[in-house]
Amino acid sequence: MNVAVAKTGNGRAVSDLFASAEGRLPGSPAVVAVRREAFETYERLGLPHRRIEEWKYTDLRALVGEVLSLAASPDVAALKRAAEAVKANAIEGARKLVLVDGVFAADLSDVKALAAEVGFKTLREALEKDAGLLKTASTDAVIALNAAMATDGVVLDIAAGTQLSAPIQIIHVATASSAAAFTRSQVAIGKGVRATIIETFVAAGAKAYQVNDAVIVTVGDDSDVAHIRLMDDAADAVNITSQFVTIGANVKFNVFNMTTGAAVSRLQGFITLAGEGSELSANGVNLLQKTEHGDTTLVVDHAVPNCVSREVFRAVIDDRAHSVFQGRIIVRPDAQKTDGKMMTRALLLSDEAEADNKPELEIFADDVSCGHGATAGALDESLLFYLKARGLPEKQAQALLIQAFVGEAIEQIADDGLREHVIGIAERWLERRQ
Amino acid sequence: MALLEVKDLKVRVEEREILHGLTMTVNEGEIHAIMGPNGSGKSTLSHVIAGKPGYEVTDGQILFKGEDLLEMAPEERAAKGVFLAFQYPVEIPGVTTMNFLRTALNAQRKARGESELMVPDFLKKVREVSKSLNIPQDMLKRGVNVGFSGGEKKRNEVLQMALFEPSLCILDEMDSGLDIDALRIAADGVNALHSPKRAMVVITHYQRLLNYIVPDIVHVMSKGRVVKSGGKELALELEASGYAQFEDAA
Ligand SMILES: Nc1ncnc2c1ncn2[C@@H]1O[C@H](COP(=O)(O)OP(=O)(O)O)[C@@H](O)[C@H]1O
Ligand SMILES: [Mg+2]
Repeated sequence: MNVAVAKTGNGRAVSDLFASAEGRLPGSPAVVAVRREAFETYERLGLPHRRIEEWKYTDLRALVGEVLSLAASPDVAALKRAAEAVKANAIEGARKLVLVDGVFAADLSDVKALAAEVGFKTLREALEKDAGLLKTASTDAVIALNAAMATDGVVLDIAAGTQLSAPIQIIHVATASSAAAFTRSQVAIGKGVRATIIETFVAAGAKAYQVNDAVIVTVGDDSDVAHIRLMDDAADAVNITSQFVTIGANVKFNVFNMTTGAAVSRLQGFITLAGEGSELSANGVNLLQKTEHGDTTLVVDHAVPNCVSREVFRAVIDDRAHSVFQGRIIVRPDAQKTDGKMMTRALLLSDEAEADNKPELEIFADDVSCGHGATAGALDESLLFYLKARGLPEKQAQALLIQAFVGEAIEQIADDGLREHVIGIAERWLERRQ
Repeated sequence: MALLEVKDLKVRVEEREILHGLTMTVNEGEIHAIMGPNGSGKSTLSHVIAGKPGYEVTDGQILFKGEDLLEMAPEERAAKGVFLAFQYPVEIPGVTTMNFLRTALNAQRKARGESELMVPDFLKKVREVSKSLNIPQDMLKRGVNVGFSGGEKKRNEVLQMALFEPSLCILDEMDSGLDIDALRIAADGVNALHSPKRAMVVITHYQRLLNYIVPDIVHVMSKGRVVKSGGKELALELEASGYAQFEDAA
C-alpha cells in the first residue's frame, strides 16, 4: 500500500523528488543525515489521507495527489515580479523578510534595520551549524517532508527585554508555477519581549504552486507577542503551513490566522502552554469560495496549571467550498485551574457550501473550566431585508453582514493598523464575490 | 399629485389571504393614519410596500410616483424614496450605526446616479440630526440597534428617515413601547420632516400618537381591508367607541 502511494501521479518514484533536489538543499553533513531520515519518514507515510485521524477531512492524496518538484531559484525577472507583490502586501512600518520561491531575498528585505534589534540568520546560514533546526517532535508526514526539503527560511533571535519598535513581516512570494517551495523558520523570543510577527503568503503571477512551510516559535516568560499568518494565495495553489509554539510563564500570546485563497490549504498550529499564568488568544478566519478547501487545525496543549486559552474561529463558505476547523484542547493531569474555551461559527453562503467542525477536549485534570461551542448557518434573512430596505443591494448587504461576522475574530487583533490591514484583505475577498 | 396608489391589493402569506382587496391613495404632502386592531393587516401592507420577501401578491397593484412598485427590488424602492420605519427594528451586531448609515446613504445615492456624500458633510449632517433627536454620539459607534432601548430603536429609525430624505415615510407602530417623552421626541422628529413634497403614513393602534402627528386622512383597517376613511375626527371617534363596530362591518 505505502509503496504504491509512494509513487507520484505519473509513476515517478517519490524519492526522485528528494534526489533531484538534494544538491540544492543547504546544510552540513549532519544536516544531510537528518534530511535523509526525514525523507524516509515521509516516504514511509506518504501524503496524509482520510484514514489518518488528524487528516480525516483533508485528504491530501485525494485533494493534491502529488508533491511537485522544487521550484528553481528565482532569477532576476522573478525577483522583479516578487518586488511588486511585496510592495502590494507590505504592512506599513513593518520590517520585511522576504522569501521568494523558498529562497531568502536579501535585496527585498530590511535586514539592516532588523539586525539592529534582532539576531538574524537565514535558515541556509544557520544549517551550517545547527541540524536541530530541522527537528520537531511531530510525526506528521508533511512536517517530515518539510524537514527533508526546506531550502531556506528565517532564524530570528529576539533577546530578553527587547521591545520591538516595528513589527516583523515575513513575506512568502510564489513566482514559479507548478513547482513547490519548502520553507522553515524559527523565532526564539527571550524573556520580557514585546513583538509582533506577521507571515504573509502571496503569489506574484504564479499558478498551481505548492507551499509547505513550518515555523517554530518559543516565547520566554513575561513576553507579549502577536503572531499573525495571512494566507492570501493564488486560487489554484496548495498551502500547508505548520506552526509550533511553546509558551513560557506569564505570557500573552495572540495568534491570528486567515485564509483567503488557495485551492487547498491547511494551517495547523500546535501550541503548548508550558509556563504558568499565561494567556493564549488563538483566532482565525477562513474565507472560501468556488471549490476551495481550507482547513484550520489548532491543538492547544495546557501542560501546566493556571493558564487561559481562548479560540474564536469564523468560516465564511461560498459556492462549493469546504471549510474544516479542528480544535483540540488538551489539559494535562497537572494543569489544574486551566480555563480553555473555543467558539467556532460557520456562515454558509450557498446550499452546496460545506463546513466540518471537530472540537475535542482531552481533559486529564479535574479542577478546570473548559468548553466549546459551534454553530453553522446562513445569513439572517431579516437582517438582509432590513439592509436592503435601506438601499443596499443584495451583495453589499451580504458583505456588510459577512464583515461583521468575521469581525468577531478579527477584532481580537489588538493593533489598529494591523487590524485594518487584515480587514483590507477580507474586503478584497468580498469584492471578488461581487 | 398621487405618490402612492394601492389598488385592490390582495396578499397571501403561507397560503392564507391576509389582505383582501385593499385600496388607498396617498398624495404628496399628506399625512395619513392607518388605524386598526391587531392582526388587521397593517404591518403586512407596510411590508409589501417595502418589498419584504414571503408575501404573495395575488391581485391588484401598487404604484409609486406612477411606477409599478411591485416590480422593484427592495433596495430600488428605497433609492426611489420609499422608507419604512419598522415596528420591530432588527439588531445588527458588528455593523456600527455610523458605518451602516454611510453605506446605506451612499448606496441610495449611487442608485440614483448621484455622487457619494463626502465624509465631513455626512458627519456634520448625522451630528445635527442625531442631536435634534437626542441620540448620543456614542450610540452611533455601537452596532445597529444593539443594546438600544425600544425608544432608542425608534429614534434610530427617525434618524435614518431624516438622513435618507425619502418622499414616502411609513411609520409602523412608532409609538409602541415608548413613554410619553420618547414619543414626543420621535414625533417632533417626524413633524420636522413633513414637507409639501413628502407624505407620511402613520400606522398605529392607538389614537395617542395622532395627538402629536396630526393626520389629514384617517383610514380604519379591519380584517385586511380599509373599511372607512375620513378626517382626523375619525380617530377620536374610534377612541370613544372602539373598533368593534368596524369589525362587524368587515
Ligand atoms: N409571516 C406570517 N405568517 C403567517 N401569518 C402572518 C404572517 N405575518 C402576518 N400574519 C398574519 O396576518 C394577519 C395580519 O398581521 P399583521 O399585518 O401583522 O397585522 P397588524 O400589523 O395589523 O397587527 C394576522 O392574522 C397575522 O397572524
Ligand atoms: Mg403590526
